[in-house]
Amino acid sequence: MIEALQYAFMRNALLAGILVSIACGIIGTYVVVNRIVFLSGGIAHAAYGGIGLAYFLGLPPVWGAIGFSLLASLGMGWAQRKTRQRADTLIGVMWAIGMAFGIILLDLTPGYKADLMSYLFGSILAVPTGDLILMAVLDGLILLVVLLLYKELLAISFDETFAAVQNVPVDALYLLLVCLIGLTVVMMMRVVGLIMVIALLTIPAAISVQWVPSLRRAMVLAAGLAILFSVVGLGISYALNLTSGASIIMVAGLAYLASLVGVRWRARKAASRFALTPLQE
Amino acid sequence: MAEHAIEIEHLWAGYDHEAVLEDVNLTVEEGDFLALIGPNGGGKTTLLKVILGLLEPMRGRVRLFGHDVRRGRRWVGYVPQRVEMDHEFPIRVWDVAMMGRLGQRGLFRRYGAQDERAVERALRDVEMWDLRNRPMGELSGGQKQRVYIARALAAEPRLLLLDEPTASVDPQVRTHIYELLRALNERVTIVLISHDVGVISAYVKTVGCLNRRLFYHGGGEITEEMMEHAYQCPIDLIAHGLPHRVFAEHEDPTERRAL
Repeated sequence: MIEALQYAFMRNALLAGILVSIACGIIGTYVVVNRIVFLSGGIAHAAYGGIGLAYFLGLPPVWGAIGFSLLASLGMGWAQRKTRQRADTLIGVMWAIGMAFGIILLDLTPGYKADLMSYLFGSILAVPTGDLILMAVLDGLILLVVLLLYKELLAISFDETFAAVQNVPVDALYLLLVCLIGLTVVMMMRVVGLIMVIALLTIPAAISVQWVPSLRRAMVLAAGLAILFSVVGLGISYALNLTSGASIIMVAGLAYLASLVGVRWRARKAASRFALTPLQE
Repeated sequence: MAEHAIEIEHLWAGYDHEAVLEDVNLTVEEGDFLALIGPNGGGKTTLLKVILGLLEPMRGRVRLFGHDVRRGRRWVGYVPQRVEMDHEFPIRVWDVAMMGRLGQRGLFRRYGAQDERAVERALRDVEMWDLRNRPMGELSGGQKQRVYIARALAAEPRLLLLDEPTASVDPQVRTHIYELLRALNERVTIVLISHDVGVISAYVKTVGCLNRRLFYHGGGEITEEMMEHAYQCPIDLIAHGLPHRVFAEHEDPTERRAL
């Protein structure tokens, strides 16, 4: 397995996996505790419209994806906050329109579109150095924002009404958070592909919130788990010649199932202890 | 004249151009312990939202300690009704109470020693200091409610505003919480909304009934007239004369303590 690292593409793949996992752990934790998994999926798919547009205009697809995902983030974030009843419908519609827009623009673009599939299924084995730099910059941005605004983001995630009463600018921070989700999602499309973005964004965080009682530590654990899943998944895909994105997700999915079993076992143990020594109010 | 904690004049408020509150007038003096009771849909929560600046009034004026609500609410500790929460939210008691310091610290500023002292005092006040490292999800309903009260107290408020503080706790815990509030009332003004008429009357100083309009006389007695206006039918409690019996004890502090 170690000999795989003599290839530059394998080293890049590993580095990409690690860089994306850092963003994934931090932002994924916010996605899970805020219950905005569906919104994140919407952003990821709408970003595909940006890729189509970039191809059509002859621009680098990443920039199209970033621009579109930020627009989609603001649109969907606004829908989530300001429309009471049908936020999910609105998000679903934007999700589909973004995707359809991208596909039609790709149809209208002449020539061979080799990269197309790589955005759907990921192409961690073909990440250019330029993308690695972009990922590192985005990681830095996410870390900076979360370090500066940790207590506010925690407060709006836990109880936004109370945060508002404390004069925290809830709406602005929420949109900022959703934009960070958009940027993270674009980075992740490179690694696991559009279709599996949601899995890698949410599974490590979903596991870690089951085991640690602090948001900060959940983020660190989730980032660590995401790195672990990426590395193990890459190793399996190399050894067995399987699609890398799908291998990573399968590892993550199995770990999630194991964690669910572990949590139930822990609960049963706690319940039997509770029965022996009744807790006082 | 002392500053009023809350001053509401001719307030109309509601949603989508439909008024839930009609011409509400209320003045709460500092040191008061006021309960607002009334039927569901009577506008209790709406009134609270307006006082907290979460809902713009249609007409009328609300002042907190002589300021508009957005400035005045920094002296307000708010305890929401919501006791149920995401059990998996990764957060400890200490971190929840610390949120009460958000308004004192600006954006981008870290919490300091002063904030930690305020949170410690608040957690000791509600007797949750020993459980400060517990995950919130593991607490009982009554313990959670205490933490939310501590969070409000951590802001070192002059006014404590509580929305149905005992809605989801069992009767024994309810008594504990009211005892706690009565002790806190020695230093902060308290306004709470509730519908358990029978219990609160033993603890509060003044009572108002809210059903679109506010029936309030600044006294501690729930009069038959108030209840009839608020609920639009005489309710059981009045028929049994219970509030009056309770309020008779209310006037004698020694006897009250013995309860």
